[in-house]
Amino acid sequence: MSENLLEVRDVRKSFRVPHAGKNKLCALDGITLDLKRGETLGLVGESGCGKSTLARTLMMLERPDEGTVRFDGVDPFSLKGADLLKFRRRVQMVFQDPYASLNSRMSAAEIIAEPWRSHKGIVQNRQDRDMRVRGLLDLVGLGAKAAGKYPQEFSGGQRQRIGIARALALNPDVIVCDEPVSALDLSVQAQVLNLLNDLQEQLQISYIFISHDLSVVRHVADRVAVMYLGRIIENGPTERVFERSSHPYTAALMSAAPTLDGAQRAQRILLKGEVPSPIDPPSGCRFRTRCWKATDVCATTTPAAAVDPEFADHTALCHHPLLLEGSGRETVPA
Amino acid sequence: MTAFVGHDAHPADVDTHNADPVLDVDGLTVEVRTIGGTLRAVTGVSFQARRGETLALLGESGCGKSMTATALVGLLDPVADIVGGTALLAGRQDRVDLLSMDRRKRREMAGTELAIVFQDALTALNPLYTVGTQLAEPFRIHQGLSARKAKRKAVDLMARVGIPQPESRLNSYPHQFSGGMRQRLLIAMAVALNPSVLIADEPTTALDVTVQAQIMALLRDLRTEYRMAVVLITHDLALVAEEADRVAIMYAGHIVETGTVAEVFAHPKHPYTQGLLSSVPVNARRGDALTSIGGSPPDLHSIPQGCVYQARCPLAAEVCRTTRPALAPVGGDRKAACHFPEEVSPRMRGERTDV
Repeated sequence: MSENLLEVRDVRKSFRVPHAGKNKLCALDGITLDLKRGETLGLVGESGCGKSTLARTLMMLERPDEGTVRFDGVDPFSLKGADLLKFRRRVQMVFQDPYASLNSRMSAAEIIAEPWRSHKGIVQNRQDRDMRVRGLLDLVGLGAKAAGKYPQEFSGGQRQRIGIARALALNPDVIVCDEPVSALDLSVQAQVLNLLNDLQEQLQISYIFISHDLSVVRHVADRVAVMYLGRIIENGPTERVFERSSHPYTAALMSAAPTLDGAQRAQRILLKGEVPSPIDPPSGCRFRTRCWKATDVCATTTPAAAVDPEFADHTALCHHPLLLEGSGRETVPA
Repeated sequence: MTAFVGHDAHPADVDTHNADPVLDVDGLTVEVRTIGGTLRAVTGVSFQARRGETLALLGESGCGKSMTATALVGLLDPVADIVGGTALLAGRQDRVDLLSMDRRKRREMAGTELAIVFQDALTALNPLYTVGTQLAEPFRIHQGLSARKAKRKAVDLMARVGIPQPESRLNSYPHQFSGGMRQRLLIAMAVALNPSVLIADEPTTALDVTVQAQIMALLRDLRTEYRMAVVLITHDLALVAEEADRVAIMYAGHIVETGTVAEVFAHPKHPYTQGLLSSVPVNARRGDALTSIGGSPPDLHSIPQGCVYQARCPLAAEVCRTTRPALAPVGGDRKAACHFPEEVSPRMRGERTDV
């Protein structure tokens, strides 16, 4: 139970983009992470930080330029044919937009049953298929009578439930959820988060949960990885990362997000400027151009992962981590 | 029916200008003609915006908050009609009704009295003109300035909203700016002529949190500097908690609760407000079930008789099915449209019914 289901080691991926000369857009710059069975890993970061490229790499939709991915000890990128198909069964995805990700010409039952057309041998016959579709619809709280309806007859939350049922159809070990609730209204968002939670308890699925909403990640994730310009700059147990952020960027991100009890926040760290272009990222530490603690060393040397002395599994990619210098809650004059 | 007569909850802020609202919306009703018949998107919405204060219109998609904003600025879709209500704007001359004035008069007020910042800055800016031209436009049209003088004003404005090297960026096109910078440009255009009311329709929804924090700080500063009334339209409860002084919560085209943010969020008097607040994953530990509001908002084509929230309300009783509660005072500056405002409590849990 405790061994890693998924191990990603130093994965790099860059893309050629027009008008950038020889420079490539560096989307993933040495990503290392682990995922255990039944665990939820929250992936947070701002637009363009590489969250979705990482998700696509784990789905084998992108091949990394360097580095290794191991799933249950096997490198999925070395697989071919039937073995590859078998692997794909084990990692499924739930998409952000419940309107664009369902084919409006297929009924709910057809959408959920479609994966079985590529992955043969899971359902025996029509009766078996219909029974399983009903089972999945029940599982996601829609009920069997939804089977014959089309996506446009459902609300956003219900559509997302169909998307989840489709992901579950192949009994995956890992579901990559790319912003699964950001298109939903608050009251419906809570319903879908509860469903994902219940399913994890029942089925022991692992989630990679990508979101820009920190309060959602805090609620669902066991561990959090914070990304900035293609790197995971902080990684650790959710409560540690939220309560005692070690990387200045994490601290700034946490303090920038509005909260209901915002008045209780000590001081807001207002970052200057915006995220630099991933086509020509800063040397050394990627965050140094916006960091109030940056020194000369940050421009010359890429920081190694600083490990929290109390928690070996809480790391930060920083020359001047906040924790090691004491307070852990220090703030800056804006 | 005039809303919000009573004591201001921020006595420290009150001065002679503050006593009178600069924008007084009363009974605004908007109908939309659709294939399925006419529906009411906004029903009897009343609120007041005061100088130097931020009023949040809070609600989920389809509740009518953006429709309210577009009705006020005169940008309603042709299929939508204002069928009732007044919106009195205390302009520099006298109070005028935005909803009944003619188009020419309204154009004079656009930007000088009332301005709007949209959510999507890329579609709100014209891609074919440089930002310098677009920022200079209000000065040329309303103040009749020469092109050169207007451009100079545009540079000042860009510097004011925090765009680095404004002179050199004057001749750039909107697509050459980042999302946050585009939003700054929109805000610059909106405040160019020092309006008394600024409507911000989801101004930061498309932005990342660190940039959102920058933009909200800018809006706050400008509000104080120009003594504007800001109407912030949003679905984000946390943003309201941090940025707004007062809040009006909308559901299915109706305002269901109003009051100061501090009071409404601490002690909601409408079950919908309570439901929203407990749907926010805050302090909820991993694994705890979130309280969600079962069901979904009513179809605007067939809003039930009685309370608009009855189908999802844990307090619903017989009277809620027959009589629609009016937005009535519930103590102090607050109002709620509920038959049982005193029974709303944090312990009241929405059932965990499914969608």
